Amino acid sequence: MKIKNTILFSLIATFFLIFLVSIWKILATLQGLTIKTFNIEIIFIIGFLISLFHLIFNDKIKPIYKSIIFSSLFVIFDGYLIQKLPLWYNVGTFLIIYFFVSKINKYNFTNLKEEHSTQVILFDFLTLFGILFFSFVILFPFYMMLVTSFKTQIALLVNPLDFSINFGQGLKDLFNSYFVIFKSYNFGKYIITSTIVSVGTVIITLLFAIPAAYAVARLNFFGKTFLSTSILIIYMFPAIVLVIPLYTIFSQLGLRNSIEGLLIVYTATTLPVAIYMLQGYFKSIPKELEEAAILDRLSWFGIITKIIIPLSIPAISSVALYVFMIAWNEFLFSLMFLDNPNSFTLSRAIQYLSGDAETPRQYLMAGSVIVTLPVLFIFVYFEKYLVSGLTAGSVKG
Amino acid sequence: MNDTLANTEKKTAYILTLPAVLLVFAIILFPIFANVWISFKEVELKDIRIPEPRAKKIVKSIAEETSKIKILYKLRNSSLIQEIRDVSFQDNFPKNFEIVNLDPRCDYKNYNLKCEFGNWPAKYRENFQVIFETNDGSKIDKKKLKSIKPKLDGKSDNILLNTNFTLKNFKKVLFDNEFIDLLLTTFYYTFFGTVGSIIFGILTAQMVNQKFYGRTFMRSVLLFPYVAPVVALAYTWELLLDPNSGTLNSLLINYQIIETPINLLGQKYIEISVLGFDFKLRLALTTVIMFEIWRYFPLAFLFILARLQAIPKELYEAADVDGASPFQKFFKITLPQITAVISILFMIRFIWNFNKFEDVFLLTGGASGTRTLPINVYQQGFAISDIGMGSAVSIVIVVLLLMFMFFYFKLLGKRVDEN
Repeated sequence: MKIKNTILFSLIATFFLIFLVSIWKILATLQGLTIKTFNIEIIFIIGFLISLFHLIFNDKIKPIYKSIIFSSLFVIFDGYLIQKLPLWYNVGTFLIIYFFVSKINKYNFTNLKEEHSTQVILFDFLTLFGILFFSFVILFPFYMMLVTSFKTQIALLVNPLDFSINFGQGLKDLFNSYFVIFKSYNFGKYIITSTIVSVGTVIITLLFAIPAAYAVARLNFFGKTFLSTSILIIYMFPAIVLVIPLYTIFSQLGLRNSIEGLLIVYTATTLPVAIYMLQGYFKSIPKELEEAAILDRLSWFGIITKIIIPLSIPAISSVALYVFMIAWNEFLFSLMFLDNPNSFTLSRAIQYLSGDAETPRQYLMAGSVIVTLPVLFIFVYFEKYLVSGLTAGSVKG
Repeated sequence: MNDTLANTEKKTAYILTLPAVLLVFAIILFPIFANVWISFKEVELKDIRIPEPRAKKIVKSIAEETSKIKILYKLRNSSLIQEIRDVSFQDNFPKNFEIVNLDPRCDYKNYNLKCEFGNWPAKYRENFQVIFETNDGSKIDKKKLKSIKPKLDGKSDNILLNTNFTLKNFKKVLFDNEFIDLLLTTFYYTFFGTVGSIIFGILTAQMVNQKFYGRTFMRSVLLFPYVAPVVALAYTWELLLDPNSGTLNSLLINYQIIETPINLLGQKYIEISVLGFDFKLRLALTTVIMFEIWRYFPLAFLFILARLQAIPKELYEAADVDGASPFQKFFKITLPQITAVISILFMIRFIWNFNKFEDVFLLTGGASGTRTLPINVYQQGFAISDIGMGSAVSIVIVVLLLMFMFFYFKLLGKRVDEN
């Protein structure tokens, strides 16, 4: 039992180490280093030995000395004897092994003897693995988007693996792609159009949704249950089904290529979510306040503007942020309804740019950064509001 | 007294909801009916423009006769396929203009030229010319003359409003050789995308539910793919996977994992042998599904995490007392607690993935075996310009979705009964 657990522990820890070192090597390769192999066999042997020696010498050496000794040994093996690489790479390797050894410091022969110990260890390492894996898989494309926008055409072609940013070239060269897309591709105009459309959608949606949500939350009327269920059903309804009829109707009415047309469609598609989210919040406001207002002979307009809105600022702002994000990110309708570059939104403009095979990719990525940044900024900054709303209403997508 | 109060409440409710209901009706419900209508018609993209009579006015001076002027109207029917009936024409002139030659179809009164041109067949063109003379010999202002625009009017059929129906579109859609392939592709895309995003959602939710440093940061990061604009993400992936200079292929070649680059988005099949069995994998479709999972697992993550955080701690404490292993706890406590959320998520994601258009469109445009039903709506309607066909495909989508929802709720209802 003891031997089996020891071997299992060492194996799990070793696989985790291999993963750590491989990720580090990939990142180093992307900074322009030439590393041709992961050396998995060697790292496997070293990792296994480290885990094993750790268990054996557990009580005999202070943890910090142990971490330093193991890390130094590993760096000497991997970084110096096998590949001749710059100092920063070896320092990074040292820190990684240090991190690894301090992680396995928690385990010793006594807790290996406990029941389910291997499962506990597996769970712990899987969590660590997951955190690193998902961070890498998710952040890497964003990182790539950003770095590519700072590169030149030649640099991209010469070494597609070089993801280092050359800060030495001066700000003007660094932001060259951004200057170009603003100057030659009219991105300033597209940003304005996108902003007008998104902010406009927010305002109109709120104007329509607040009264409707208030009615659904508070008033009794015939067809109320029908209305609230249809809100949900409509919310599920596929946008692709609306495209052809709306296209034909908008063509005949001359609403294509117009901001008004987009505003109408975006408002209609976001209204159900907005009403659903707002009515949930309105229901939580104590009724007594309105009863007092009714005694004061306030009309429904007064109740909404003087009582409901001031009390639901958090909910209203989270709905507003959502609708803004939906409208800003929307692509399908802008593809269908806009074919004149004068009325493009940002998303449509980027898609149009990519349609030309000649367009250098750093311009495409600069455009992508511009369309992504506001959304990510809003999301990170207002995350608390948005996450609670996400689970309640959930953005369509 | 109570009655009137209830009545005013009702009235208020209708006033408050009416704007929203009307808008949603006009933009969402009405188009669905319009879709059914169009799907039974033979309509092409070019048919939906309403035919208009048009005139281009050209002003020409006549040599050596300064008091006279020639005005040429280039008349035409804007439609190439439909006639316009009872075309009428009107144009105004300055107060000193007398007409020299009056066309029999026209009438000149009060410095206003009125003509009745009758019916114009499709593609109709005519050069209509009038000569005027000023009665006081003053100089003619050509620019001002040109700035007055003629008014034209006529009647035409709107092809969308007539009652010629046909079953041709549906026959074409359903009995097309590719229809089964289309259905299968859509099903693979939807099913594996849904299942994949739920599995990743469970894994990440379980992960973030542990205590570790930087947990809130991790939660934001995990939602990035879901909140960022699809256009930016799709092009970044395309760049990442590009066979010629994409990062992924370069990395794999650098580490000698592959010898030649793989065109992950442009290759329909790839041969893979596992344990001696050779089989073909739909490569481009798999890549697109990967993107789909990457982009949408955050939704599953959020829902499942919210549910996980609501599971009472006592359950786990009791399990610890009983000596349950972490895996036992996961399978015996966590999983049963989140099945309800998962079944809702499955439905939501299944429906949305079934209709997903942008992701596939931006990544492959529907090429190399990734043509799903929504892509087909676009291709029929706008690439082949057959609006009727496109409508018919979207009706097929709606019917399939309704069937799915019906069976899903039936199955779910049974489960609930059993419990």
